[in-house]
Amino acid sequence: MSLDIEQVEKIAWLARLQIEAEAKADYARNLSDILDFVEQLSRIDTTGVTPMAHPQDLPQRLRADEVTESDQRELFQQVAPAVENGLYLVPKVIE
Amino acid sequence: MEWETVIGLEIHAQLATKSKIFSGASTAYGAEPNTQACAVDLGLPGVLPVLNAEVVRMATAFGLAVDAEVAPRSVFARKNYFYPDLPKGYQISQYELPIVKTGKLIIALENGEEKEIGITRAHLEEDAGKSLHEDFAGMTGIDLNRAGTPLLEIVSEPDMRSAKEAVAYMKKIHTLVQYLGICDGNMQEGSFRCDANVSVRPRGELALGTRTEIKNLNSFRFIERAIAFEVERQIDLLETGGEVVQETRLYDPDRDETRSMRSKEEANDYRYFPDPDLLPVEISADFIEKVRLELPELPDIKRQRFVTELGLSAYDAGLLTASRALSEYFEAVLAELEGEAKLVANWVSGELSGRLHKEGLEIAQCPVSASDLAGLLARVVDDTISGKIAKEVFAAMWAGEGSADEIIAAKGLKQITDTGALDALIDEIIAANPNQAEQLRAGKDKLLGYFVGQVMKATQGKANPGMVNQLLKQKLLGSGKHEGSS
Repeated sequence: MSLDIEQVEKIAWLARLQIEAEAKADYARNLSDILDFVEQLSRIDTTGVTPMAHPQDLPQRLRADEVTESDQRELFQQVAPAVENGLYLVPKVIE
Repeated sequence: MEWETVIGLEIHAQLATKSKIFSGASTAYGAEPNTQACAVDLGLPGVLPVLNAEVVRMATAFGLAVDAEVAPRSVFARKNYFYPDLPKGYQISQYELPIVKTGKLIIALENGEEKEIGITRAHLEEDAGKSLHEDFAGMTGIDLNRAGTPLLEIVSEPDMRSAKEAVAYMKKIHTLVQYLGICDGNMQEGSFRCDANVSVRPRGELALGTRTEIKNLNSFRFIERAIAFEVERQIDLLETGGEVVQETRLYDPDRDETRSMRSKEEANDYRYFPDPDLLPVEISADFIEKVRLELPELPDIKRQRFVTELGLSAYDAGLLTASRALSEYFEAVLAELEGEAKLVANWVSGELSGRLHKEGLEIAQCPVSASDLAGLLARVVDDTISGKIAKEVFAAMWAGEGSADEIIAAKGLKQITDTGALDALIDEIIAANPNQAEQLRAGKDKLLGYFVGQVMKATQGKANPGMVNQLLKQKLLGSGKHEGSS
């Protein structure tokens, strides 16, 4: 399977990654190679095999519904670029 | 052309757990911003989600209540998108393998008929935080207290054909989740909200028209109005040669209109994939049976029972079972007044509900307890007071003036059941109204009511109406002696 430049641009946009124009061809080739590598799996007959959702074949462990966390806002907000009235501030996201 | 409306709803019910779906942070409403957002909710590096057992039980209970299969194995997936109130850059949700599969629900239509609405699925997911766009010059404030709050998203089939049907379905789910105790149903606080998928098609056409999705409807009134507006808008577009664009729209209650939220170029591409941080959720048949045994009596079954066992009308039974709390209040009153279902039903759905509604109170905030109301109605049953005087006593109880017996004694409201006292009074009234007495004897039966009124007036409503009737008939018409009094 081969990705073109346009698909690479779309993937980059969805991941919010900025990539240089001259690097796009390389990305297209490398990503296509990865897809080809994984593509080998489709040669195997998997009829009747339940797809795994996780490499570990175990069920999810559950925790009891209890509040175990205390307020650590001050600690967490030390690494935030901007806070006000307890809120994290980010560049405005709507007009 | 005649158009047919097609509606499907996605309801988000916030599950009433103490802690979040994947972390031990509190879900209590109204805390200071970000004081209930822990490292997991913030999506800090190195953290891992651990699933809350209670959400699994709650989703299972819901599945059983809508006749759905509870999946023995379900899988959490990442729904990827960027927004500042979603710190991880993905929402943990369920995609291909939801916890609750196909189910159904019966709704009552306005014409009294019933209709089955299909439930496509219900899945577990985490809520996002809140963005506050005002108050910060050029910035948006983010509160992540709500991030990680457990939600059950209930997806319906496109089975509804009018805004009213959509509202009936939503109300039914709203009642159900509260009976199950899995959601507090508080729409103001956003615990229960829905998105509506709306399309129109020429009547008779099988293929669905292009739909729009109206987001975040959090009141029954808004849902009805938003859908009504959107249907009109789509029909206008199609009838003037335009096309409906598949998009997300937001309802603005101030302008009573929907408007486009996101443009088409940014069509969502969520790239779902199984979340490697979480293993598949396995639910055993034993667990499902255990949850089934713990299910409370569900609203439809309770309503039926009120009709068949208590002899209530379908209408009264519907009113009384519309909320679990109200039905339990009714049952608590009835427990102390065996055999008086009709009287209790009239009082709970009439006087009591009317008063609560007028003062904007919930049944839980009712100043008159079930036991107090039973105390009052017992005095009606034993003829100490009439139904009319009971309303006066009820008002005094509401105002906190004491129990029914205390108020009856303090205000001297005890019914006059002493025949001797009434006898004399009635003789006086007959003597004072010779003309009316004559006409009544001549066959003008309606005048009996006039005399009853006079007696009630003279006793300030304290005479027993049944006894007054009987005495009057006896004195004026020479009958009534052997008729039962009420």
